[in-house]
Amino acid sequence: MATSIDMTNAVPIAPISQASTSRLGGMSDRAIAWLFITPTIMLLLAINIFPLLWTIYMSFTNFKANMGWVKYRSVGVDNYVDILTDTDIWTAMQTTAHFVFWSILFEVLLGFGLALLINRKFRGHSLWTTVILLPMMLSPAVVGNFWTFLFQPQIGLFNYIVGFFSGVDPGSFQMIGDVRLAPWTIVLVDTWMWTPYVMLICLAGLRSIPDSIYEAAEVDRASAWRRFWSITLPMVMPFLMLAVLFRAIENFKMFDMVNLLTNGGPGSLTETVSITLKRAAFEKWQTGWSSALAIILFLTVFGAANIYVKVLNKVKQR
Amino acid sequence: MNGQATAHSVVEASARSKWISGAIVAAYALLTITPLLWIFLTSFKTPTDSIAYPPKVISEPSFEGYCNLFTIRSRQAPEYMASLPPATNYCDKVARERDVVIAGPSKTPGRLMNSLIIGFGSTFLAVFLGTLAAYAFSRFNVRLKDDLMFFILSTRFMPPIAVAIPVYLMYRQVGMTDTHLGMILLYTAVNVSLAVWLLKGFIDEIPREYEEAALVDGYTRLQAFVKTVLPQAATGIAATAVFCLIFAWNEYAFAVLLTSGVAQTMPPFIPFIIGEGGQDWPAVAAGTTLFIIPIVCFTVLLRKHLLRGITFGAVRK
Repeated sequence: MATSIDMTNAVPIAPISQASTSRLGGMSDRAIAWLFITPTIMLLLAINIFPLLWTIYMSFTNFKANMGWVKYRSVGVDNYVDILTDTDIWTAMQTTAHFVFWSILFEVLLGFGLALLINRKFRGHSLWTTVILLPMMLSPAVVGNFWTFLFQPQIGLFNYIVGFFSGVDPGSFQMIGDVRLAPWTIVLVDTWMWTPYVMLICLAGLRSIPDSIYEAAEVDRASAWRRFWSITLPMVMPFLMLAVLFRAIENFKMFDMVNLLTNGGPGSLTETVSITLKRAAFEKWQTGWSSALAIILFLTVFGAANIYVKVLNKVKQR
Repeated sequence: MNGQATAHSVVEASARSKWISGAIVAAYALLTITPLLWIFLTSFKTPTDSIAYPPKVISEPSFEGYCNLFTIRSRQAPEYMASLPPATNYCDKVARERDVVIAGPSKTPGRLMNSLIIGFGSTFLAVFLGTLAAYAFSRFNVRLKDDLMFFILSTRFMPPIAVAIPVYLMYRQVGMTDTHLGMILLYTAVNVSLAVWLLKGFIDEIPREYEEAALVDGYTRLQAFVKTVLPQAATGIAATAVFCLIFAWNEYAFAVLLTSGVAQTMPPFIPFIIGEGGQDWPAVAAGTTLFIIPIVCFTVLLRKHLLRGITFGAVRK
C-alpha cells in the first residue's frame, strides 16, 4: 500500500520539473533577462555615462560653451591644479563642510530623539508622525523660496516669533542678509526639512530591536542608561549610519534649497560647492574649468556612495 | 511578581511617559507645520494683509492671490477705467478695486501643464523600464548582478549640476534644450535607478511558486510575468510611481538650467511670480499652496511605503 502511494507521487513530478525548464514557444530566460535589463542600461549610458565621459574630456580643455566657435585646446591637468590651489574653492568647501556638519548634527539629535519618543507608541503617534514627515516630501527649491518670506525682516513670521519670545526687535536682524546669521539660516531650513528623514530611519532601527533583548537586560537589572548605550544605540547604529551618509551626500551637493534661499549670499558666504559650480558653468561659462570641478565633486560623491551601498546591504531586510 | 513585571516593563512605556512623549511629539509636529500653514493662510490674504505688522493670523479671506496667480493685469487711465462695463466676475472686481484691468491669462496654467506632462511622462517610462529590469534582477541569474545594481544606483548620486553641464551641450547639439522630451528623458534616467531598486524589493517578496505554477500550466515566462507577477506587484508599482512622480514634480536644478520657456516646470517658475511693485506674496503663496497640496495628499497615501522609498527598498518597516 505504502509503496503504491510513493509511486503515484513520484511519477508526475519528473515531467513537471521538465516542463518548467523547457521554454517551448517562449524565449529563454537568458534572453528575457537581457531584453528586460538592456533598455535601462542603455538609457543610463546615454543620459549619464556618455555625458560623464564628455565632461572628463572637457575638463582637460579650456572650452567655453558660450563661445563654441572659438577653437579650444587641451590644457592638460591645468584645470585640476587650478581648482585644487584656488582659495575660493577651499572657502566654498569650508562653507559646505559647515553646512553638512551642523545640519546633520541637529538632524541626528532631533530625529533620534523624536524616534525614541514616537517608539513609545502613545495614542495618536501615527497621525503626528505623518504630520512630522511632510517637510521632507516637499520640493527643496519651493521650500527655499517660501522661507525667504518667513525670514523677511519686520514682516516675516520667523522674525516676529523670535522677536515675540526674545524681546528683540523683529526688524533689527536679517536671517538671510546678515553675515553671521546666513550660514545658520541654511542649516536651520535644512534641519526643518530633513529631520523627519533621520527620524523615520531611526524609528525603523528602533523597531528592529527584539523586545526579548530588553527583557533579558531587565533580568540582569541593567539601568535604563545602560540599556540605551549597550542595546539601543549599537542596534540603531547601522540605520543611523545609513541616514547620516545619505544626508551627507545630499547636503554635500546641495544646490536647490540654498540657491533659492540665499543664492550663496550675502557675498559668497553661503556659497556651497554646487553654487560655485553653477556660477562657473552657467554664469561665467568656464565650461572646461567647471567640468574639472564637476569631476572632482563626482569622485567625492562616488566614494561616499560606495560606502553607502555597503551599509545599505548590511541593514537590508529579507 | 506578574503585576510588578508589567508595572516596570522595559518594552511597554508607562502611561505617564507615554503622555509626556505624546505631548512633546505633538508640539514638534505643530511647530514643524507652522510654516506650511502660514503659506496656506497667506495665499488667502490681500497683499496689504500679507505684509502686515504684527503678522495677521486671521484676516478677511481674499482670493486675490489666486486671481493674480492666473492672470496678468495692466494699469489704465481713469477715463478708460470709467468707460468699462461693470466687472463680470470676482477676479475682475478685485482688479478694478486696485485700478487695474485683467489683460489676459498668466503663464501659470502652462507651467502647471508642463509639470504634469513631464511628471507623468517620466514616471510612466521610469516605472515601465524599472519593472522590467527589477523583474530580471529579481528572478534570473544575471551576470555581474551586484555590479549592475550598484551602477544603476550610483547614477542617482551624481550631482545634478555636474550632469547638467554636458547634458546642456548634448541637448543643444540635438535640439532638445527646453523640450518636454528632453526633460522626460532626463527625469526618467534619474528615476529609473530608484524604480529598479524599489521594485526589486517588492518583486523579491512575491513568492516564486505562483510563476512556477503558471509555467507548469503551460504559460511562457513572459505570460507568467504579465499574468502572475504584475498583478501581485501592483501596490509596489503604484508606490514606486508616486515616488517618481513626486521627484519629477519637485525637481529644480535641471529644470532651471535646461528650460526657459516652452518646457519650464513649476519649481523654477514659482520664485518669479512677481506682482506690481515687488514680490506679490499672496500670489506666490497661492502658487506654492497649489503646488504642495498634491504632495501632501500623496504623502498621506504613501505613508506606509515612505521608508522603502527613502532607503531604495532596503528597509521595509
